[in-house]
Amino acid sequence: MKTSSRTRSTAGNRAISRVFILAMILTTFTGFGQMPIFKRYYISDMPGMAWSADFYATHFLHYVGAMVLLGLFAYFILDYIFTGRKKFQLTPSAYFRIILMAGIVATGILRVFKNMPDVLFSPAFTVFIDIAHLGFAMAYLFTALVLVLMKRGWLREVSNAL
Amino acid sequence: MDGKISRRSFLKGGLAVAGAAVASSLPMPEAVKASSVEELATLIDIRKCIGCEACVEACQEVNEPKFPEPEKPFPKMHPSRVKVSDWSDKRDVTDRLTPYNWLFIQEATVKVNGKEETFTVPRRCMHCQNPPCADLCPWGAAFKLKNGITRINSDYCLGGSKCKDVCPWHIPQRQTGVGLYLDLLPAFAGNGVMYKCDRCYNRIAEGKLPACIDVCPEDVQKIGPRDEILKEAHAIQKEIGGYIYGEKENGGTNTIYVSPVPFEDLNKAVETGPGKPDLRSVKDSMAQADNLAKAMVIAPIAGMAAAAAKFFVGAKKSMGSEDK
Repeated sequence: MKTSSRTRSTAGNRAISRVFILAMILTTFTGFGQMPIFKRYYISDMPGMAWSADFYATHFLHYVGAMVLLGLFAYFILDYIFTGRKKFQLTPSAYFRIILMAGIVATGILRVFKNMPDVLFSPAFTVFIDIAHLGFAMAYLFTALVLVLMKRGWLREVSNAL
Repeated sequence: MDGKISRRSFLKGGLAVAGAAVASSLPMPEAVKASSVEELATLIDIRKCIGCEACVEACQEVNEPKFPEPEKPFPKMHPSRVKVSDWSDKRDVTDRLTPYNWLFIQEATVKVNGKEETFTVPRRCMHCQNPPCADLCPWGAAFKLKNGITRINSDYCLGGSKCKDVCPWHIPQRQTGVGLYLDLLPAFAGNGVMYKCDRCYNRIAEGKLPACIDVCPEDVQKIGPRDEILKEAHAIQKEIGGYIYGEKENGGTNTIYVSPVPFEDLNKAVETGPGKPDLRSVKDSMAQADNLAKAMVIAPIAGMAAAAAKFFVGAKKSMGSEDK
């Protein structure tokens, strides 16, 4: 089940992978920055990090990161359908990550929608999507960390691939 | 001046109490009752306000059951920079916003036609149409109702004060030692509950007027569907050659002030600081995020286009090599 770096590099463009990792780091950091903890815990006191205590800045950057990720997810899905699945198949751990990521994306889209003017959700539903978004993100982070340590990748080569 | 003071004293001591006593019996106007889905706005005509504080007292009296009753001693919080915010022994403070005072009277002395004139302005939450406090609260504790009221649920709020930071007027006020954070990690996260005007949402739900409107002896405030309130505000503005505040501030609010003098002048004259909001012009705080949210639709389309392009280029290449 181990996925070699060779498999990963042939499955996708290295540059795209780097953009994906950077966007994930950006959304994770700015996502945690939505909670009022960076100022409390001196993160914003670090040189060059004052912006992290500006909730409008972290919110804007969170949206930017989400936008990049949405584009990449659409690319990954279609690319896999068109070409990837002929040579590779998703590993079980990839399916698990996809489920968690789908949860993050779905609750994130709902939250962005809720923030638009004239869009109102019930207070209970708003609390639910806020907590669910954080819950999915925490679960994804923990899962991704464990899978990286176990060297489990997203794809494996199809055994009968030509 | 003496006359004004004695009038104030009289109103404060007499009419206000009488007004508060009958407040609960006064019904909501029919136009307001009918608009259960429509956003309701309040019109505050500052020409009429005499600064008697009847609204302040009524607000405190009616909302007392919602006020925090903190547990003491407060849990020690870390790191040491996290400060306790305790107003529980200063409940009588009425010259600024506190967790126990959601409405106060701000004074501005300005020159009108060469003469000094003092205006008194009731100040509280503006109830924005797209409230950043509700949009950016990480827990959904702050939220907006269909009738245009923005509330903070004291059962969910952790007192992080983010709503106060993002509010252009820094309206919500914190009380330490109360709320959900006490049951979680009181030493490391949260710091109480944030409080602000909820425009007497419970009274409105019962078909009653907010207490501040009910008791006002001068009919300074009115409540009604936002478009009707705006119509009336503009009519007054035209009539007196006056000015409006709140219609466009922060993208639009449900508190519309009308004044005979420019709000820039009033803003320069009012005392501002913690719990004392200004009257400056405010841009829509959420506009940038809203524009980006609309642009987000492009992202998946661009991603799909890139994947499709990659596929067709690859297919073309393979067809070319087969031809050779």
